[in-house]
Amino acid sequence: MDLNINNYTNYHTMTYEERLQNVTVLGAAGKMGSGILLLTAIEMADLMLKPENKGKTFVLNAMDLSNEGLAGLMQYLRSQVLKIAEKKSVTLRKMYHDRRDLIENSDIIEQYILDVLSIVRPTSRIEAAYESSLIFEAVSENKDLKVKIFKEIDDNNNHEPWFFTNTSSVPINILDREANLGGRVIGFHFYNPPAIQKLVELIWTDQTLPEAKEFAYEYAKNLRKVVVPSNDYAGFIGNGHFMRDALHAITEAEKLSSEMSMPEAIYTMNKVSQDFLVRPMGIFQLIDYVGIDVVRFIMGVMNPFLDDENLHSPLLDKLFDNGVKGGQNSDGSQKDGFLKYERGRPLAVINPETKEYIGFEALAHIDEKLGASPDPGIVWKKLVRIKNKEEVLQKFYGDMKAFDTLGARLAIEYGRRSNAIGKALVADNVAHKDEDVNTVLLTGFFHAYGPINNYFD
Amino acid sequence: MTKLNKKIYMVAGYNTISMGTGRSEFHPKKPRPGLEHYVKESGQKTLEMIGGADNVDECVVGNFMAARFNKQAHIGGFFPMIDEKLQYKPAMRVEGACASGGLALVSAIKSIMAGTAEVVLTMGVEVQNTMKAIYGADVLAGAGWYGKRKDGHAFFFPGQFSDRAGSYYEKYGYDYAREGMGRWFRNAVENARLCPTAQEYENKVPDLDALYKKLKPNGAGFVDNLNVLDCSKVSDGASTIAVVSEEGLKRIGIPMEQAIEVVAFGHKVRNITEDPPDPTELTCIKATAKEALDSAGITINELGTVETHDCFSIAGVLGTEALGFAKPGEGPKFVAEGNTARDGMIPMNTTGGLIGWGHPTGGTGVHMAVTMWEQLTGNAGDAQIEIKDKKPYGLTINMGGDDVTVVAIVYKKG
Repeated sequence: MDLNINNYTNYHTMTYEERLQNVTVLGAAGKMGSGILLLTAIEMADLMLKPENKGKTFVLNAMDLSNEGLAGLMQYLRSQVLKIAEKKSVTLRKMYHDRRDLIENSDIIEQYILDVLSIVRPTSRIEAAYESSLIFEAVSENKDLKVKIFKEIDDNNNHEPWFFTNTSSVPINILDREANLGGRVIGFHFYNPPAIQKLVELIWTDQTLPEAKEFAYEYAKNLRKVVVPSNDYAGFIGNGHFMRDALHAITEAEKLSSEMSMPEAIYTMNKVSQDFLVRPMGIFQLIDYVGIDVVRFIMGVMNPFLDDENLHSPLLDKLFDNGVKGGQNSDGSQKDGFLKYERGRPLAVINPETKEYIGFEALAHIDEKLGASPDPGIVWKKLVRIKNKEEVLQKFYGDMKAFDTLGARLAIEYGRRSNAIGKALVADNVAHKDEDVNTVLLTGFFHAYGPINNYFD
Repeated sequence: MTKLNKKIYMVAGYNTISMGTGRSEFHPKKPRPGLEHYVKESGQKTLEMIGGADNVDECVVGNFMAARFNKQAHIGGFFPMIDEKLQYKPAMRVEGACASGGLALVSAIKSIMAGTAEVVLTMGVEVQNTMKAIYGADVLAGAGWYGKRKDGHAFFFPGQFSDRAGSYYEKYGYDYAREGMGRWFRNAVENARLCPTAQEYENKVPDLDALYKKLKPNGAGFVDNLNVLDCSKVSDGASTIAVVSEEGLKRIGIPMEQAIEVVAFGHKVRNITEDPPDPTELTCIKATAKEALDSAGITINELGTVETHDCFSIAGVLGTEALGFAKPGEGPKFVAEGNTARDGMIPMNTTGGLIGWGHPTGGTGVHMAVTMWEQLTGNAGDAQIEIKDKKPYGLTINMGGDDVTVVAIVYKKG
């Protein structure tokens, strides 16, 4: 082995390129892992193709326990790299200028796909990570599993690797301490799907190596991501808001169920959060998109770290126990959860007692009960694009406050709760500032406006 | 100089729609009509107008690259598919990149002059929306010299004309040049809105000038000196017209006033392996147009309308200089002042040209002739312009590659 204690420090002072010469993505066939793998493969290939890196070897291990998943992963990668290559053909032509044999765009695109894929080594064996200097972790959201894997790799890896975890809920300092990593771990939380979502939450601790942080920023910049730093509290900013926001909706629906049926109450809160709060989708659709199982699990991970708050929903437990889980099929289509879907569109709502779905068309009386929006022209799709958003929203919610309808009342309360959650994230030092909370919701959740605002005062 | 040895006419023109982005029928991910559809539609319509396929002696089709866009060569073999009465008649395909349609017309004219035919069914066709633009760029690059493909731009032809525009900006000023190019774009769309077959027929952008100014050329994603509005789009379409002798006109029974006369034509090529002698000039267009006008014995002052090859707005502007309407460096001013607009001194591309009507590459030359036939015989519908007695002539300029193959034809009402 080339390693001895004398060159220990060398591993921390590796250049950006050196760090990326041998990388492993754990959980590479998963929803998040495959995206991380794709982006990293592209970044590594672009480094490899620089003239100064000619002759250097770049290795990206795509590690996943599922061989079936890995087969699908390679198909996915090929199709995605093709799309990326087609889009950046103008640059690729310059990159391959010295390859006189590559003449047409199609020649260049094919070669690029080959170059990217030649970096990627699919494997179901964790030993692949023993040679890597950078490990991206996107395995399931289970602290003990993460700690176990990190320890196993670290015990067998002589390169003092850095661990970039995609956890959205487990505190980084705990992973660091329990796996005994001495500050070589950082939270690098992509949003789903990583190839498209611009947001990355970056979480470091007092122990985190400054070099790792620096690298993380450079890597994020090269991937053209928007970085929002979050402090190291379970759930960070994104789930810190989403989990509490979801719980608010569930609690409100439960309250409403004293005066209407539960399906009607779920439908009500979903509609209020989408139409009245002008969000891209209703809150129960979002829970289904993320997965009822995942939401429930993340709440479970976060809850032990919260002192005076109980982040837990018996309703989610009930649905989960009954096998209603939401999430996506392997082809990307939406599975049924709180709502039932056809071609991605919700059209019915569940009765949690019977697991039967009630069609939206039978709920027109609820729409009537909720009342009209102050301005039916204000829909999310339009709102995200208009320039004087603030002015428009002041008026919209100003008018809404004067409405004496169920919809208006629930929406104003919802907006205030979302605002309070956002402010608490700053007050509790999870977020550094108001703006960071808003950026996460705007960028990672595609909201048209941030939760910290004065529209609902 | 080629002098015509007899009277030659064109009649019974037909254009299919120019299909592609901009048309509401167009969905990039759904199946679309293929080559056969366009060949059949345009061929049958012209045959209907000339009394059926029995009246046809020969067929010729201009097509650039079906061999790659559609994996189909041997386009002449499609004529009997249009009408079984074309079975066992002579037919062929001719090619000269985007001037293929023009070459089909030249071929038909020569058949008439040679006396081998009295009626030639003349078509131009291209179906290009079979692949993404980035691969289409590879195919279209075939209009240039392959020896230069490697060092050319990913979007090869936009790259070539971007270089021309860049040289022009350097010589005469960026803002000045772009003002003329922007006006060229606006004229193209405004004219296209009057022609139901045009690709930009349904364009509803309220302020075309503002849109043009907003989209600055950006070499990071496209080419350095042109934006997408400076470029003709990717189009599918076909055009057909009958080229006939006096004898042929009698045979098909169409009155003279419904025909246009071919007064003269010019046809030249410039060495494809060489760069243009001056990037700010279209020298082959200049020489070919001169030949046609000289042969017709007229000057540009007698032209009532021109269809010119504006595959890029810069080519439109440079065309005004090559034809002599503007002095070198004054094309942008000439265009910006509205001289080429439909109510201007010399209306150009009255149904939108390549930028507005569309550019099914191998079909464009014939499309120009059909438009000329429509305008000079009063068949242009909402796009009709007034043809004054003092200026009874029309001119079409069809260019292949970067000013390499040029066909210029002078017409007047029959």
